[in-house]
Parts: sequence; structure tokens; C-alpha cells
Amino acid sequence: MLTVRNLHARVAGREILRGIDLSIKFGEVHAIMGPNGSGKSTLARVLAGHPEYEVTDGQVTFEGEDLLAMDPETRARVGVFMAFQYPVEIPGVNNAYFLKAALNTVRKHRGDEELDAMEFMTLIRDRMKRLDMDESFLNRPVNEGFSGGEKKRNEIFQMAVLEPKLGVLDETDSGLDIDALRIVANGVNAMRGANRSFLVVTHYQRLLNYIVPDVVHVLSDGRIVRSGGKDLALELEDKGYSWLEEPVGKR
Amino acid sequence: MSTSTETIEQLASREYKHGFYTDIEQEVIPRGLSEDIVRMISAKKQEPQWLLDWRLQSYRAWLTMKEPAWGNITFGPIDYQHIIYYAAPKPKKKLASLDEVDPEIRATFEKLGIPLDEQKMLSGVAVDAVFDSVSVATTFKEKLGELGIIFCSFSEAVHNHPELVKKYLGTVVPYTDNFFATLNSAVFSDGSFAYIPKGMRCPMELSTYFRINAKETGQFERTLIIAEEGAYVSYLEGCTAPMRDENQLHAAVVELVALDNATIKYSTVQNWYPGDKEGKGGIYNFVTKRGKCAGVNSKITWTQVETGSAITWKYPGCILQGDNSIGEFYSVATTNNRQQADTGTKMIHLGKNTKSTIVSKGISAGHGQNTYRGLVRIAKNATGAHNYSQCDSLLIGDKCGAHTFPYLEIRNSTAKVEHEASTSKIGEDQIFYCRQRGLSSEEAVNLIVSGFCRDVFRQLPMEFAVEAQKLLSVSLEGSVG
Repeated sequence: MLTVRNLHARVAGREILRGIDLSIKFGEVHAIMGPNGSGKSTLARVLAGHPEYEVTDGQVTFEGEDLLAMDPETRARVGVFMAFQYPVEIPGVNNAYFLKAALNTVRKHRGDEELDAMEFMTLIRDRMKRLDMDESFLNRPVNEGFSGGEKKRNEIFQMAVLEPKLGVLDETDSGLDIDALRIVANGVNAMRGANRSFLVVTHYQRLLNYIVPDVVHVLSDGRIVRSGGKDLALELEDKGYSWLEEPVGKR
Repeated sequence: MSTSTETIEQLASREYKHGFYTDIEQEVIPRGLSEDIVRMISAKKQEPQWLLDWRLQSYRAWLTMKEPAWGNITFGPIDYQHIIYYAAPKPKKKLASLDEVDPEIRATFEKLGIPLDEQKMLSGVAVDAVFDSVSVATTFKEKLGELGIIFCSFSEAVHNHPELVKKYLGTVVPYTDNFFATLNSAVFSDGSFAYIPKGMRCPMELSTYFRINAKETGQFERTLIIAEEGAYVSYLEGCTAPMRDENQLHAAVVELVALDNATIKYSTVQNWYPGDKEGKGGIYNFVTKRGKCAGVNSKITWTQVETGSAITWKYPGCILQGDNSIGEFYSVATTNNRQQADTGTKMIHLGKNTKSTIVSKGISAGHGQNTYRGLVRIAKNATGAHNYSQCDSLLIGDKCGAHTFPYLEIRNSTAKVEHEASTSKIGEDQIFYCRQRGLSSEEAVNLIVSGFCRDVFRQLPMEFAVEAQKLLSVSLEGSVG
């Protein structure tokens, strides 16, 4: 469903991605790991179309369409969702209102009917239960005054409501305690299925105990230097990242 | 994530929906201002001598006054001898009922979304429609009359309820108050009058819709609202004007009087023509609005959504005379393109345990300049007075400006005065976050702005809150690339 070919990208004049190749099939969960500064988050943001990141070379196709030619909102509407590493606050706009506006735009694009207030409430109550969220949350402003963990949970909750085809999780585990991590992981696992894929960006193997990936890629200096099964993550946990950066001959 | 202004900066043209002109036979008086003109206006309205005298003393006072220069606004000289001070659609005959309103005028208001047929109206809203210098129709007059509520044009009130007009006119905004209020006192043409009798809760929203149509005319309306002991009224005004290259002057005066235990809510949705992108044309909205909480436990709330006008200069205030009286001011002011606004409030605490709340939200886009100017004065005898002020500014792009001038004059040591202020910018990261959820840039900005204004919109009657929100999104159209 997602094919990335020779992707190069830069931000603020600095080249971060130096030729990424990646292919994700429907139903698969891919993890992107790597040391700080390796380009993990850049990859997530480039896929989502962040305006500060400039693609200098390469192609990305999503269900056969040129993803890079789409503006960010179109990417969201065709089914690419990014859970932000740093979710943004929107003061004065309540969560329910925000989510309803987003959901109806996405539904309209898919040719589905917009949901009325009742249908919408039924849907989100169900999703809130999944993520163990309190109803009072709906009337609070988007991310304002949320703890770090609440913000991350809110991202996964939004994903559960919007039901994208591809979920890109940008370091969703950072700043979560073990209980919150479990809740978030359960939320993601509940969404796994033959018609949905995930790209999970993480620094630590811990998250992958809960969201078990099909493929693990290791990113270093803007390139994928290793790909493997879920065991690769364990190996990394054991040895750290430094051994990957040594020349191949010395391993 | 840093905020890149490049993409936020691309200003496109905005459209003013109410810019059309109605071609209608007019009755106008010669341009310019003199005692003769003042007499002519008074004669046209067949006014009693006492009112003519009041106008003349105002005119003489005005001759000695100078245009105020302290505002944080700039505009070229206004030629007061070039303005036409009275223009009215020629009446075909005397109106016996609403059905006889000139079809052209009816169509004009229809187009503005203000049908003058009572059955088509938003239920629960009575409208006084003012076209240039005269009131052309007032709906639900009879129904309100049965409850003892008087809601009519100012001119009618002068004829039918002279004792009330005489008793209250100029008691809140004296004819010597300021240059523009004094000018208004000399030449005011029409406006609305409302009187709510003792103990009556007015069952519907009263509203006035002001339309400037004629060329080179000024609009000088005057509104007077009186709430007797224990009465309640919610009043709303809306305004629009055609698009023209020259600036037009709108200098209104509004006076509110709340007696013991009375409450007046006064809401404004101002959408005068703001001028074009380069700042050509548009209305100079130089308005004096003041309410007097004359009685104990009385309350006056001003809510304003100011999106139009080339220049807005207004400070709806409250004189808190009665003990335990409450004054509130909730404001959203937007300036886009070359618009300028210098607006705020005055809260004058005279009585004991008086309370005031000020919530001001300024939004600047394009080259817009937005100034909050507010005075909180606590008099010597105002023991236990309390004021809370909150002034927030939102900037869209980096060519606009926001300014805050709070004035505090505290003469009583028991006073409690709080002031909070903030300035924020719509960030690229906020917009991107919304877009990543499927919303367009425009939708994102509207959402962020409406969140910013929520505390003020909450104060508006439901139907108008929706209207105000729509208006705000139109007025900021094209402010984000």
C-alpha cells in the first residue's frame, strides 16, 4: 500500500533523509528504530506532508497514487494519519467539536454521509471506552492543559475515530508510563487488520513488546541500514545502536 | 517546531457580501453643516422646540471642539462641510402597516437576511430597520405594546413619548461629551428607542439593523434604551453599507439606563464596509456608547463583534452608579488588510461593591492595526469595587499589529483590580495539526480563531453567535495562504 523509493528530504537546509527505500503491505506493522538524529521523525513528518520539510528526491506512492503531490489535508483524507510526537494545543476549541469537523471532512472525501451529533456521540463513546478515557475530556479544549500521557492517548483516540488506512506513530511511547503505554498499545492493536497498516517510529524496543511488528527497520544517518523481523528490535535493545554504524567488514 | 511566516503571509482578496447599492428615490438635504441645516433636519422630523434647542446648543458646543487626536489610528482630514447630513428614501405615502414598506427597501433588507415580514422573522426577534437617516419599519410593535414595552424608531418616540425622551436624552452621554457625540447630538436623524416597564422581562430579542445606502452621507443614529425597575431586555444591532471608494462617516450615540435590579444586554455585530485591500473607502465608525447602571443591583452587558469598518473608534462603557451594580464588556475586534481599530471600554465605579468584567479579543491579519484601550476608574466612595480585565491579541502573519493601553485610576484602597493580557500568533504547527486531521488551512484558521473568541461568542444570543462566527470567517478570508 505504501512504497517509498530513494527518498531524500531536508529541513532548514540540512539533508536528513538520504535515500529511504521502504515497502509496506496492507495489514503489516513496520517499526522504524534508530538513534537520535537518524531521521525517524523526519520520515514520519515527510509522509504527513509537513510544510517545513522539503523532499529533494525520490517517490512515495500510497495505494498507487503519488503521495508527495498531495497537500497535507488530502493525505489525511485519503487515509494517512500521523500521531504527533508533540501534539499541538488549540485553546478554546473543544475536542468533540474538533474531532467531528475532522471526521466529517474525511467521511465526505470518502463519499460517506456526514454523521449527525447523535451518531457521532455513539461512535466516540465506543472509542473512548477503548482508550479508557473520561467523558469530561470531550468538552476540554484540544490538548490544552493535558499531561504528556493524555496528549498521546488523545492522538490514538483520534486515530481510532478517523480510522485511517495508514497510521504513522511518531514516538508515541515517549513520555508514557507503563500503564499508559499498555492502553495506547491496546488501542493500536484493536485497530490492526487486513485493511490497515502502521508505521511505528520509536527509539525504544519497549513499545514493540506491546505492538508486535512484522518488520523492523533500523535507520542511521538518513538511510535504512538493517531490516528484519521482530527479533531485530530485541537485538538492538541488547547491543545498542553503535554496532550498526561500524563498517560491515568489522562485524 | 518553529513558525514559518511565509505560508501564513499570502494575503488574498476578501469579499464583502453586503456591498450592493439600492437605487431608490431619495430625499436629501444640501451638503454641509450650519444652524440652518440643524433647523432643517429638526423641521423635517417635525420636532418640538425643546429638541431643536437641544440640537442647537449641541451644534454651538461642537463649533468650539476639536477632533480627538489621541487614538492609535490615522486618517486624512474629514471635510464636515462635504457631508450630507440627512438622506431618506422618499415615502410614497404614509405607511399603515409593514406590508406597505417600499418593495425596493424590503428587498434590500431581504437580501441582507433581515426579512421585514413578521412571519418570516427569526422567532423571538423584533427588528427596527434603519435605512440611511430614517427608520423604515419596526416589527412586532403591537405585540410588544400589549406588554407595555415600547419599541419604535427614535423619531416616533419623540412624538409619542416625549416625556421619556426628554427625561433621559443626554443623561448618559451629555451633549458636550466628545467631538463626535456632540456632532451627533446636533444632527442625529433616527435610531431606535426601547422602554421596558417595571418588572417586565422582554420576551423577545429587540434588534436594530442599520443600513447606509446613500452616497456621501453620514449616518448619525441615536439609540436610547431604558429598563425600569426589575426589567430585563436583550438588544442586538447589526450594520452594513455599500462598497464605495470614499470614506463615509458613521457617528452614533447609544445611551442605556438601567434602574434598580434591571438588566440590559446590548450586543453589536458590526460589519460596515471595511474598504478595499489597499485601504480605499470604508466606513469611519466613530461611536459613543455608554450605559448607566443607575439603580442598585442593576447590570449592563456590552458584547461587540467588530469585523467591518475602515476605522473603528468606540468604547462602550458603564457608569456603575447604583450599589452592587455590574458592568460587563465582551469584545471581538478583527482588523484585516488596512483596517484600524481602537476600541475598548470605560468602567466607572461610583457605587459600593460594584463589579466590572472586561474580556477583549483582538485579531489582526494583513496590515491591520488593533488597539485595546480601556479605562477602569474606581471613585473615592466606591468601597469594595472589583474589576477583572483580560485582553488577548491574536496575530495572523507578521505585518499586522496589536496594542494594549489599559488605564487604571484607583481612588479607593479597598478596590480589587486584576488585569491579564496575552499576545499569541497562529502557528504553522497549529495549522499543520488541523490539516493532518483533514481540515483545510482556511478551516483551520477559522477553528483556531473561533476558539480564541469563545468567551465572547458565548455571550451572544444563540442565532447571532452562529452569524458572528460566519462573519468572522468571511472577514479573515484569504488571510492565510
